[in-house]
Amino acid sequence: MTSQIIDLASWLLIAGGGIFCMIGALGLLRMPNFFTRMHAASLIDSLGAPMLLLGMILQSGFTLVSAKLLFIALLLFFTSPTATHALARAARARGVGPDLAEELPTATDREDK
Amino acid sequence: MRLVSTFLVLFAFWLLLSGFFTAFLMVAGAVTALLVVLFSRRMDIADREGHPVHLAPRAVLIYWPWLTKEIIKSSWQVATVILQPGLPISPTLVRLRSTQKTDVGRTVFANSITLTPGTLTVEAGRDEFLVHALTRSGARDLASGEMDRRVSEFEREL
Repeated sequence: MTSQIIDLASWLLIAGGGIFCMIGALGLLRMPNFFTRMHAASLIDSLGAPMLLLGMILQSGFTLVSAKLLFIALLLFFTSPTATHALARAARARGVGPDLAEELPTATDREDK
Repeated sequence: MRLVSTFLVLFAFWLLLSGFFTAFLMVAGAVTALLVVLFSRRMDIADREGHPVHLAPRAVLIYWPWLTKEIIKSSWQVATVILQPGLPISPTLVRLRSTQKTDVGRTVFANSITLTPGTLTVEAGRDEFLVHALTRSGARDLASGEMDRRVSEFEREL
């Protein structure tokens, strides 16, 4: 009984992770410019990949494989925002315009250039 | 104390990657971990910043669950934006104030912003971040400062 529940949860997670990865890929194609595309990509590595990994952890149970999968998840958790930030910073330093929707920001903040 | 935890983490990492639990390999792993600890002590990199183990309990128990919730919430928003035929995006750049006192705290804040879909840190300064948001409402949520407050709380000394 419990094994069936775990199996079900794991397949839900894997399927959900796959769906989010596909939505992210679709977003990557649909978004109009560099910065907005990065937002779609971050959907993949912030939610898609962890959901897939968690599903796989539930599949493999309490083994060394699970520990390794958990480690991969942690690695992604720490490295992917760093890589994304480096990409955004490099793009900005090279003068890739963010193509803003409006000039005036929210009331509490000043707008950059 | 910090050196001991560095050793334990390194040794656990060794065991994790090797997967063999024979006496020879475990001793070899322990010796290697010890050597790395000695090197890192000599290089002075296993300090509060390089190995912030004092933050671990609060990270795992309080901050990460909240961050996970935020990631799921904003992922859902970004996914619905992508799937709508009209693609209702309104890219916005905002400058945020950050109130963290340590570099570790600032890094956590910048990474948390980038990790939640729909917002990403473009520039990280001492007390001001430049953030690009996919939608205006995402920028407004971030500007409300809840994440900043939580990160500041998280990095505070015990």
